[in-house]
Amino acid sequence: MGAEGSNYLNHEKGLWSWLTTLDHKRIGIMYFITIMTFFLIGGIFALGIRLELFSVGKTIMDAGTYNRFMTFHGAIMVFMVIVPGIPAILGNFFLPLQIGAQDVAFPRLNLLSWYMLMLGAAVSFSSLIWGGVDTGWTFYTPYSIEAEGGVITMVLGVFIMGMSSVLTGLNFIVTVHKLRCPGMTMTKMPLFIWGLYSTAILQVLATPVVGITVLLLAVERILGVGIFDPALGGDPVLFQHFFWFYSHPAVYIMIIPAMGIISEIITCYSRKTIFGYTAIAYSSLAIAGVSFFVWGHHMFVSGQSTAAGVIFSLLTMLVGVPTAIKTFNWVATMYKGSIRFDAPMLYAIGFLFVFTIGGVTGIMLATAGMDVHFHDTYFVVAHFHYVMVGGTLMALMGGIYYWFPKMFGKIASDTLGRWSFVLVFCGFNVTFFPQFILGSMGMPRRYFDYLPEYESLNRISTMGSWAIGLGFLLVLISVIKGLKSGEVAGNNPWQAKTLEWDTQSPPIHENFKEIPTVTGGPYEYR
Amino acid sequence: MLWISKAYAGSSSMPPQASTMAADVDYLFWFLIAISTIASVLVIGGMLWFLFKYKRKSDNDKTAYITHNHLAEFLWSFIPLVLFMVCFVWGWKVFHDLRTAPENAYEVYVKAKKWAWDFEYNTGVVSPGELVVPIGKPIKLLMTSEDVLHSFYVPSFRIKQDVVPGRYTAAWFEATKLGEFQIFCTEFCGLNHSGMLAKVKVVTPEAFEAYLDGKKIEKLTPLQLGEKIYKTRNCNGCHSLKPNEVIVGPTFYGLYGKEREFNKASSVVADENYIIESINNPNAKIVKGFNANQMPAFEGQLSEEELRGVIEFIKAQK
Repeated sequence: MGAEGSNYLNHEKGLWSWLTTLDHKRIGIMYFITIMTFFLIGGIFALGIRLELFSVGKTIMDAGTYNRFMTFHGAIMVFMVIVPGIPAILGNFFLPLQIGAQDVAFPRLNLLSWYMLMLGAAVSFSSLIWGGVDTGWTFYTPYSIEAEGGVITMVLGVFIMGMSSVLTGLNFIVTVHKLRCPGMTMTKMPLFIWGLYSTAILQVLATPVVGITVLLLAVERILGVGIFDPALGGDPVLFQHFFWFYSHPAVYIMIIPAMGIISEIITCYSRKTIFGYTAIAYSSLAIAGVSFFVWGHHMFVSGQSTAAGVIFSLLTMLVGVPTAIKTFNWVATMYKGSIRFDAPMLYAIGFLFVFTIGGVTGIMLATAGMDVHFHDTYFVVAHFHYVMVGGTLMALMGGIYYWFPKMFGKIASDTLGRWSFVLVFCGFNVTFFPQFILGSMGMPRRYFDYLPEYESLNRISTMGSWAIGLGFLLVLISVIKGLKSGEVAGNNPWQAKTLEWDTQSPPIHENFKEIPTVTGGPYEYR
Repeated sequence: MLWISKAYAGSSSMPPQASTMAADVDYLFWFLIAISTIASVLVIGGMLWFLFKYKRKSDNDKTAYITHNHLAEFLWSFIPLVLFMVCFVWGWKVFHDLRTAPENAYEVYVKAKKWAWDFEYNTGVVSPGELVVPIGKPIKLLMTSEDVLHSFYVPSFRIKQDVVPGRYTAAWFEATKLGEFQIFCTEFCGLNHSGMLAKVKVVTPEAFEAYLDGKKIEKLTPLQLGEKIYKTRNCNGCHSLKPNEVIVGPTFYGLYGKEREFNKASSVVADENYIIESINNPNAKIVKGFNANQMPAFEGQLSEEELRGVIEFIKAQK
């Protein structure tokens, strides 16, 4: 606890004070608890999927249950964990702190977004009452129109969670533009803020499209209006265009904030200013911009024209350039630094390792002629897990260890943190690398059962998933241990330079005693 | 550990090449693997080297203050861009070739439905679950679906194309090897998606002519015919041959001659007529503990000879 004894955690007492709080820090903590609970549920579905695939034929569940596991794993992880994850937890907590503000621009809207996420999640989970959903998280038509079960409640939940995402994005954009402290120009903002800002633009512009799409799907199911079902005169491929027009930018909603965290961690633990600040900041915007025009690379074999496929392939290659620039900048930041290997830095290093592989395999998939063979095989499954799990989730873990002392005033055990990294990193590669090989060999995704020649690699993959599970369990243990008996952290245990480290740990209700004034850049390690 | 070594005994990357396009795709594959590996080794290797070299020695380490370097930044933007454009152009060429069937291609109609493939020839021959084609002749597939999206994928030919209800999509290949090759469905299509399998059977041009004339390539006994139908019409996706195992429908093990109990009607002994009724009109009698509307009706799709084969096959499961 801070010297004065008063901080945002003990500013008010009781559950009601939390449920009605307008403090961005408390809302961040509420997101932390709920999103981590969703992550646990989604993770249990993942372990179930992998266990079923341990052997040829039925292992622990039948095909119908497997398809529901696969759908719930995807929908929970995408809509409830990875999309809201970093912006809602760490963004909420640290965006005002890093720009020297007392709160976000619209605190009530901020609380409303949390309730929208809860409501949306509850509506989505209620689909279990109607027999679950087995369409996969992509809800492709016309299967999703005729499939039995709770497709309607699931997509309405997605619609509501989308609203939550839009409100968070809107709030962040206004906060970044209007509430920066004196002296903090846009080009003096920490790179995490640049990441959140670029993400917020995507959230506001892209999310309404998926909202409309799933609403049209619900209208078609309930009222029988022919939009996507050819039996009613609709076009099933149109659904894919609509869906990916959101869901591809969503991939960058998931990864850009993670890139922001990596920039923070690498400078801090290398004790060195970021290499190429401008390039990293603007590449976030560039990725966000181009990402609106690449959705068709999910559809090379969908029935879309050859010319469209070629154009989408070209545009997708262009996204690779700013992404490559960021990676080179991070590595260059380490050059002539003074590097310490605490748990957050280990997660950042793990991110760079895994994200590089996720990136180069992304280029392989963007190569149209190659994608025909890889599309909808385990190669794609491996690729996006390398980016989403190895990228986003490892960055989130790194971010949690990095900012834990600021959030709670105590330090989470570094030993447990490092062991969690070892288990997550090794388990991750053991789980997903064999899936690249399975995909090259031609094993299709979303398969309850597979041919015998794929069994051995599937077994390796399943065993890896157990190590990932243990690793995340260790994270949970270290967080609980840190909260109960963690060593008291000073205001700035890592000697970092950004503004959130200037205030007390945990911060006071108003964040800063007096609004700071900034003169230099965010990473003045000299 | 036997199963680990087994994985690397066979092909552990791309499947065997069996079409004219397969080699072209594989050259691209190995090029992409090569530059990806070099790029990854450079980035990750560079990082590891820096981590080792610039490990913190004391808390008072002085670090350099380097904000940017225009030449380095230009190079690591420009070189990736050039490489990506090479990938793009090469990928474009292969993609174009994969999607442009030669003028003289022989056309076969493909009808996909949950969860089976039918192949129809212009001579009127309909082949369920087995696409018979001649070696060395380009084949163009015109595909549509009766219900939801499916996707036609032959790994050995490196071709894949979604099959969309309400329209025709096309794919083509020219087989270069005799033998049987796996067909997968790669677009999720419901309960038995992973069981929607079929085979391409590549035969000599003479055997293909004979096939189109309605002659059998091989003469099968009723039991062999039944087994073939069990596999090619995807009975095996839902009906097990093991005691008490339920995939979707009841097992065939010990079925013949057994007393069947139903949800509505009274019980019946599973004889020839019961089996024929259950194939042609599966919803007529639903066995206790199972759901209706799980199986398509086969009324008019199997000949008398084929029905007899299935009955013989079920009889043999004991």
